[in-house]
Amino acid sequence: MPLHSKHLLGLDGMSREDLQLILDTAVSFHEVLERPIKKVPPLQGKTVANMFFENSTRTRLSFELAERRLSADVLGFAATGSSVSKGETLKDTARNIEAMKVDMVVLRHGAAGAAHYLSRVINANVINAGDGSHEHPTQGLLDMFTIREKYGRLNDLHVCIVGDIAHSRVARSNIFGLKTMGARVSVCGPATMIPREIERLGVEVYHHLDDVLPHVDVLNVLRIQLERDAGRLFPSIREYRQTYGVTRKRMEKAGRVVTVMHPGPINRDVEISADVADSEHSVILQQVLNGVAVRMSVLYLLSTRG
Amino acid sequence: MRRLKAQIIDPEGFERTLTRLAHEILEKNRGAGNIVIVGIRTRGEFIARRIAAIIETVEHTTLSIGSLDITLYRDDLLGKLEQPQLKGTDILFDINGHDVILIDDVLFTGRTIRAALDELIDLGRPRTIQLAVLVDRGHRQVPIRADYVGKNIPTSADESIRVHVKEVDGEDTVLLMHPEE
Repeated sequence: MPLHSKHLLGLDGMSREDLQLILDTAVSFHEVLERPIKKVPPLQGKTVANMFFENSTRTRLSFELAERRLSADVLGFAATGSSVSKGETLKDTARNIEAMKVDMVVLRHGAAGAAHYLSRVINANVINAGDGSHEHPTQGLLDMFTIREKYGRLNDLHVCIVGDIAHSRVARSNIFGLKTMGARVSVCGPATMIPREIERLGVEVYHHLDDVLPHVDVLNVLRIQLERDAGRLFPSIREYRQTYGVTRKRMEKAGRVVTVMHPGPINRDVEISADVADSEHSVILQQVLNGVAVRMSVLYLLSTRG
Repeated sequence: MRRLKAQIIDPEGFERTLTRLAHEILEKNRGAGNIVIVGIRTRGEFIARRIAAIIETVEHTTLSIGSLDITLYRDDLLGKLEQPQLKGTDILFDINGHDVILIDDVLFTGRTIRAALDELIDLGRPRTIQLAVLVDRGHRQVPIRADYVGKNIPTSADESIRVHVKEVDGEDTVLLMHPEE
């Protein structure tokens, strides 16, 4: 069965079958990435445009690598130094790129809903690579893939997402995907960082990391976005670290083996201490490799949908 | 629906054919010293395991056995109506310098083998690649031939061959089916 939608806009509303198909297919691509020649030909002759209206290093590189490893032709695009700075709208930019016979568009944009909008005005397949604080579906998928790789399943695992939930598209995509797959999901952070009524999504809310830590299997630690106005949401970095910083001492106190994930880039010794980030329970670097495999899976499944 | 036209190989014949193929492979390669076995998913994988088991018994040795999913290398991938599911390639050994015995159930247009050769070459540089098939039904569309053939079966292009193996289908047999009605 092919994917239900011709776009990947978010994990909200995506069926269990579709999630399963993407994760299963990614296993094959993970194997390709271990080969001496890490390249396969299924997207030969297809052109993918990466439209990044927001800064991104790892997501863009990961997509670009995934596209090249599937033998697609890749167009790069960054908002700075393009006609966007001359006032061209998203629709016009995308239509112009599409006029060059592009088959797929990967979009990163600061506005929530940008990928949905784009999918309505162009014919190419659209993949959301992050839209404002709405969704970042491939990050959610790679986190799920990483957890499944470690535990062999997602159902009945307790995953706690720590940090600024309110402004995190990573958190939202994780919550939607994990809940659909039957995981128990909780969020943890200061009240200023937890959206009101988030319980409606079926997640538990904690305000103290030490309360939830003894019960979790996986901790997904979000980056504190120091460059945005994170400073307004809690009194000081020192105070945040004391209550929410994932440290070795805190982990040991929980008396339980907890897998630690982080979408990167890490603020070492702010939301996570260096020794935990580098510990044997950290799967942060696996997440990076899995990101390429999962993106290959999505690109492949969308382009061969028929 | 396709109706049965004839049983081409019965269960006893199936076993004998595999045994003969195994011996031919051993004869040509002067033993099993340098060979590795690769089956093409899905039916070829089971045929490969069976042939490998016979070789292992005869030669008192253990072989490296892997399986190849050629889906990503197909030449009709982007035009297909139904999305083929990836089953994954599983070759956990080094093929460099080895004699790879590539095994499939039916040799038909040759396109699957073309894809398999491309994939194998991306995995390394074997000394040789030799092709063994249970059935060769003709109608090649690319210049490919098998080194070891269980049975040559003349068919018309619109007939079909069904290979059943014990492991998935409950019995070993090869059936020739009438054209689709």
